[in-house]
Amino acid sequence: MHIEVKDLEKKFGSFIAIQKASFKIQKGHLVGLLGPSGGGKTSLLRMLAGLEQPDSGEIFFNGNLANSLSIQAREIGFVFQNYALFKHMTVFENIAYGLKVKKQKASVIKERVFHLLQIMGLEGIEKKYPHQLSGGQRQRVAFARALAPEPQLLLLDEPFAAIDAKIRKELRIWLRNLINEFGVTTIFVTHDQDEAIEVADEIIIVQKGRIEQQGSPWEIYNQPSSSFVASFIGESNSLASPISLQGFPDLPRYFRGEDRNSEVKVYIRPEWIEIRTENKYYLASASEPAVVSHVHFRGDSWFIEFQLTNGTKLFTYQSIKEHFLKVGDQINILIHQLIVFTPSETRVLENRSKIDPMPVFI
Amino acid sequence: MRRLFISMTILILFLILFLPFLSIVLGAFDQGADAFLVALQRPESLHALKVSFIIVMIVVVINTIIGILLSIEMIRGTWISRWLRPLINVLVDLPFAVSPIIGGLMIILLFGPNTVMGMFFENAGIKIVFALPGMVLATIFVTFPLVIREIVPILEELGMTYEEASASLGAGPLRTFFLVTWPSIRWAIYNGIILTIARSVGEFGAVLVVSGNILNQTQTATTLVYQDSVDFNMIAAYSVALLLGLFSITVLLILDWLKKRKEDQLNAH
Amino acid sequence: MKELSSRLALRSILVSYLFILVIMPISAVYLKGFSLGWDPFWKEITGIIAWKAIILTLKLSILTTFIQAFLGTFIAFVLVRYKFWGRRWLNSLIDLPFSLPTAVSGLMLLTLLGPTSPFGKWLESFGISLLYNESAIVIGMIFITLPFVIRTVQPMIEQLDPFEEQASFILGAGKAFTFFKITLPAVFPGIIAGSMLTFSRSLAEFGAISLISGNLPGKTQVASVYIYGEIENYNTQGAAAVSVVLITFSLVVLLLANFLQKWKGRTI
Repeated sequence: MHIEVKDLEKKFGSFIAIQKASFKIQKGHLVGLLGPSGGGKTSLLRMLAGLEQPDSGEIFFNGNLANSLSIQAREIGFVFQNYALFKHMTVFENIAYGLKVKKQKASVIKERVFHLLQIMGLEGIEKKYPHQLSGGQRQRVAFARALAPEPQLLLLDEPFAAIDAKIRKELRIWLRNLINEFGVTTIFVTHDQDEAIEVADEIIIVQKGRIEQQGSPWEIYNQPSSSFVASFIGESNSLASPISLQGFPDLPRYFRGEDRNSEVKVYIRPEWIEIRTENKYYLASASEPAVVSHVHFRGDSWFIEFQLTNGTKLFTYQSIKEHFLKVGDQINILIHQLIVFTPSETRVLENRSKIDPMPVFI
Repeated sequence: MRRLFISMTILILFLILFLPFLSIVLGAFDQGADAFLVALQRPESLHALKVSFIIVMIVVVINTIIGILLSIEMIRGTWISRWLRPLINVLVDLPFAVSPIIGGLMIILLFGPNTVMGMFFENAGIKIVFALPGMVLATIFVTFPLVIREIVPILEELGMTYEEASASLGAGPLRTFFLVTWPSIRWAIYNGIILTIARSVGEFGAVLVVSGNILNQTQTATTLVYQDSVDFNMIAAYSVALLLGLFSITVLLILDWLKKRKEDQLNAH
Repeated sequence: MKELSSRLALRSILVSYLFILVIMPISAVYLKGFSLGWDPFWKEITGIIAWKAIILTLKLSILTTFIQAFLGTFIAFVLVRYKFWGRRWLNSLIDLPFSLPTAVSGLMLLTLLGPTSPFGKWLESFGISLLYNESAIVIGMIFITLPFVIRTVQPMIEQLDPFEEQASFILGAGKAFTFFKITLPAVFPGIIAGSMLTFSRSLAEFGAISLISGNLPGKTQVASVYIYGEIENYNTQGAAAVSVVLITFSLVVLLLANFLQKWKGRTI
């Protein structure tokens, strides 16, 4: 189902849950609504489901206005955060519920339920009650129940929130494959960026009731459209005060150009920072000298914090295969890229000296 | 310390609860089982029990239906604005704060022979005060919070998600109620019904005032016990009282069983 | 549209039901009580017999409330904290006064305390009479209200965080000190809420008391019995006036208990 949302607004009393939200979702896409808790993601999802009525704005399903459609008529599947499996019904009855509502024949229901049980890897538990299942099984039953009536749109409210962190990672791939298999347009709410980046075709960042950015995970990560997105997604060094860095001659201009310096933010992703030891560097004019101030082992990498000569502290990660660094070591820093946000524009700056190296004079 | 406390508790409860109960058991059989049975089979006893039974049946049906509807609206109804909800809450609790005697007085003030409404119904051929309708009304007034107070916390705890899940799977409101909501609240409703039965059977003050306590007409089991004890017709009083007492104990046992069932279910989850 | 209008109809029915069943009757009592103005109302309740009945009821209800606060808390603690044979059985029995018809409760106490029962005779041999006097009324009130404090305090004891008491022990406090400084304050809101219900019910009780109090006007007649007498004498205005006093007291107490419950909910 193709979905379009136009200028959607929702208030709860004086609290503005959603303001002027607009976006489009392609048929068959798997979309993650990502944002901090209380930002309005769930309200958005519930309005799509018809569980909440928007105060203004329009929702279109396949080009048709859906605002006044009842929940029952929307042909959606909804997986609730705590699954909301009917406690007094067996797994079979839970999955069959939506099919019974549609007055399907008993034989058809049976076939469909067992087909779903098999896809979900739940064979043999159809006679159990929800309280006899593990968390992972409950989640899969909830998916099966939502998918059984063949919905046009699948809505997932924090589908992995109640699952152990370790199993959660495995489930991401499972979810991807499942949705691909069914080909149903899917929107899921999450506050876990890794989850969104790994699973979704497209991410919509929601904050304080507003849509901050919509794009592929790659775009969201590498071309954040606002300082909020840049700070929310991934890790970043943030520079709030004006400094000059080798290779970025334009940087001070951004601070000077604006009267309100506090509104200017500079972000440097740790992976954009390259650490070289003093004795083997090239591109000298593109790099900065620094001193290691903190080293911390993270299992798969080293966390390195260092101080530039002007006092600025930055951090990055270093592969464990690289040279072992100690606190106090002199190092050489090459910053490949950074991103600048001002109230009027967003700029990704490349290290110029790297592209156009100046001759080295000794 | 432990032993002292336990024995004190047992002693207190023995004195307050057990001894009084024992005394009417002994009283009822003071002159043998035959006298007890004869007293029970008096026409006025049988009639009083029948009146009590009729009242209980009507009250339970009305209280259950209205109680379920009202509870659902109280919790789920978005039409009730924020200031109205606590007010309705207090209104529902109000009968608990009113003496049954005053509950009876209210009915008389509203439907008594010299009031506007009383005359209206009188002309329509319906007698309310000193007749069954008034007694039913008085009993409803005293007992109507019981079912509601059992359902409301369960509905609150349940939240809306199960009903929403059902709706998202295409089920309409009626199907959702009977397949999803009802199984979750039915044990609370049974509990409320048991309490309502106990309270309706036992209601005395309000019914005494409204019924006029007319022998073989509006006399209920409890007003009969009262009448017999005031008349010092003790064996008769004891016999009906014992029957009511045994009924109360049965009610306690059922409530206990319901509670235990709930606990077991909680443990199973 | 059809669904909407049927919903609207249902809501109107429910609201009018509440109105007819609760608001109208209670207003009727207030209207009747003040129907002839403030002076006759004041005259009715300060009439010597009515006034004494009201004062007696208040006095004995307060006394009952205090006894029940101690007794109920004590029993609640024993029933929750100590495991002993027959505990479950005793625990279920606590609700007996709720399920027992009040007229039957009255008859039970009448028989037990009366001169013909062995217990009554035994008491008489010490020159103690517990029937047709104020102590009889208090006994009746205590019997009727026994479950309230116990049933509000019990769940609070069960929900107590055991670590708080253990922390107190580790910090060197003794059992009694811990009880009064840690445990009791934690369940105090429950004791207050239960006591208020006790007070409200004591004010209202009729059935159990009317049989054992003797109903001597001005001496052992409680307010509810006085109201009943006035109704029987066709003095509905007098009955309503005293009812107004009782309902007002109960309402204030009920609202306080409600408020306390909310306040308690907020602090946790």
